[in-house]
Amino acid sequence: MARKITIEPITRVEGHGKVTIQLDDKGKVTRSRFHVVEFRGFERFVQGRPYWEAPVLVQRLCGICPVSHHLAAAKAMDVIVGTGPDGLTPTAEKVRRLMHYGQMFQSHALHFFHLASPDFLLGMDADPSVRNVIGVAALNKDLAVQAVLMRKFGQEVILATAGKKIHGTGAIPGGVNKNLSPEERDSFLKGPAPLNIDQMIAWAQGALALFKDIHKKNTDLVDSFAAFPSNHLSLVRKDGALDFYHGVLRAVDAEGHKVLDDVDYRDYLRHIGEEIRSWSYMKFPFLKALGKAAGWYRVGPLARLNTCDFIPSPLAQKEFEAYKSYTGGKPNNMSLHTHWARLIELLHSAEVIKELLLDKDLQGTKLVKRGKKAAEGVGLVEAPRGTLFHHYRIDADDRITMANLIVSTTNNNEPMNRAVHWVAENTISGKAEITEGMLNRVEVAIRAYDPCLSCATHALGRMPLEVTLCDPHGNVLQRKVR
Amino acid sequence: MSKPVIATASLAGCFGCHMSLLDIDERILKLFELVEFNKSPIDDIKTFTKPVDIGLIEGGCCNSENVEVLRSFRKNCKTLVSVGECAIMGGLPAMRNGIPIRECLEEAYLNSPTVDPADRLIPDDEEIPVILDRVYPLHEIVKIDAFLPGCPPSADLIWEALTALVEGRPLNLTYDLVKYD
Repeated sequence: MARKITIEPITRVEGHGKVTIQLDDKGKVTRSRFHVVEFRGFERFVQGRPYWEAPVLVQRLCGICPVSHHLAAAKAMDVIVGTGPDGLTPTAEKVRRLMHYGQMFQSHALHFFHLASPDFLLGMDADPSVRNVIGVAALNKDLAVQAVLMRKFGQEVILATAGKKIHGTGAIPGGVNKNLSPEERDSFLKGPAPLNIDQMIAWAQGALALFKDIHKKNTDLVDSFAAFPSNHLSLVRKDGALDFYHGVLRAVDAEGHKVLDDVDYRDYLRHIGEEIRSWSYMKFPFLKALGKAAGWYRVGPLARLNTCDFIPSPLAQKEFEAYKSYTGGKPNNMSLHTHWARLIELLHSAEVIKELLLDKDLQGTKLVKRGKKAAEGVGLVEAPRGTLFHHYRIDADDRITMANLIVSTTNNNEPMNRAVHWVAENTISGKAEITEGMLNRVEVAIRAYDPCLSCATHALGRMPLEVTLCDPHGNVLQRKVR
Repeated sequence: MSKPVIATASLAGCFGCHMSLLDIDERILKLFELVEFNKSPIDDIKTFTKPVDIGLIEGGCCNSENVEVLRSFRKNCKTLVSVGECAIMGGLPAMRNGIPIRECLEEAYLNSPTVDPADRLIPDDEEIPVILDRVYPLHEIVKIDAFLPGCPPSADLIWEALTALVEGRPLNLTYDLVKYD
């Protein structure tokens, strides 16, 4: 008999998703799908709001990487207030960078230790009741303490630059609303052990060593699991360096040939298209140059280390060279190597935080610049999970009239579907018995992309049918929707 | 004595309240010792496996699946807590409540500048849940026992509330702990 497997909810990811796998009467997989099942409607309900609210409103798409949305919206608003994408004061740009790299550090630490590491340290087939961060803490308390304190350090950097750890207000159109005080700077540079930047750099190196050890012991698994060729997209600095905050768009194909290079991201509409499929609220982006069928791409740590030419910090650059030599300099298309790339970025983030802390511009007092007002603005950043696009138009009364958002996780929609299909084909298809461990492998494949389904649900969809809703006393509240 | 059991869920929220729970930092390791976690996005327990003492929910209800999850939490949890603005009053997603749903759909899918006009459609597969006419706060659908305000509630507030519930003492939420932004 034909069957359908549903994995719901997908856990140890941020947000709401589910997977369906259709099997025929012989147990062969006939179809697999990764569905995003939620929606918010940001594009519509920010209309009519004053433009300067966007950086604080839209970040509430996501509590894990609110800084990314905060900064992408602020960058779009820089264009609208005439500061332009390159016109911030040095203090404003560097305070924003510190905020962003602090976020990258906390988010990457959270993803690796809290969400992904149980699959590697306890095993993909481990008892699901202990296969979690609590199980990791029971196994290795020191590692759990490191994980907690690394995340804390990143959150403290965000607090010092944005005013709040989650949903801060630091970036405003044309600049920032505070600088970094010498006391704040010193607490990060010379804070009592272990909460200082040198300890963070050392722990990031430790995390990389841990992953490399896992890789060494499980080389076949880590190299083959959900590996498939794809295009890769990210921002890179003008000179080809890895940069999370600002740059130009570059895309390479699976062999490393450049599909896009040195593209001003304000022209994104010319280069990026999106497809809608009826079974997911999340759209499917593609490179217009290659078309819908062949133009899908990966974003995030794996993609960034495939598009950039080098990493502008010494320790991470050394790790990058070893990482690149593993694939002979060619793009890396192995899904689980995303963890390796993510930890190299973790180390790089810590190095950049230190470099910024030592920069006196952070104590500067010129925080905001304004220029000639524009009616439209596009802002991009590299969020922890990948390239994030924000695009707004405003009217003569400064109210938002149009918002278009392509979030990182949406960019990875097709790759995550391919990864799910790979696992369905390779571990589930044709098997007499389907174990919990097999199903967890589907989630392991999704988790590698660190999807933020909270972000992905900003779009709102589906024609509503009739729903009846009752209050706590059983009274029907109503429902007739269309 | 067995440990108190905790479950958590994020409905129409942003996971920020879960992140604020993690912002209790070193105390999280103490929490792991104090309580046992059941169904939660931080572990792989997907359906309740035992009765739960304290359920923490962030996010309001924006679709049929949110309502089902909320009801299963009410059924399985002795004490149910609304965590954060979205759970308490719909929060930012409730900004859509004054707008006809049709307009939200059209803006997201039929007016998108990145989608080719020939390819525009509204997702409607049976695998994705039905969206509600507006975003509902949790207490309009089930009985809620405690409310923790903030966007997100601060880590200290969450810690104070959780330990009070675990120890069975009254909440001592001082003025400086309670914030609404």
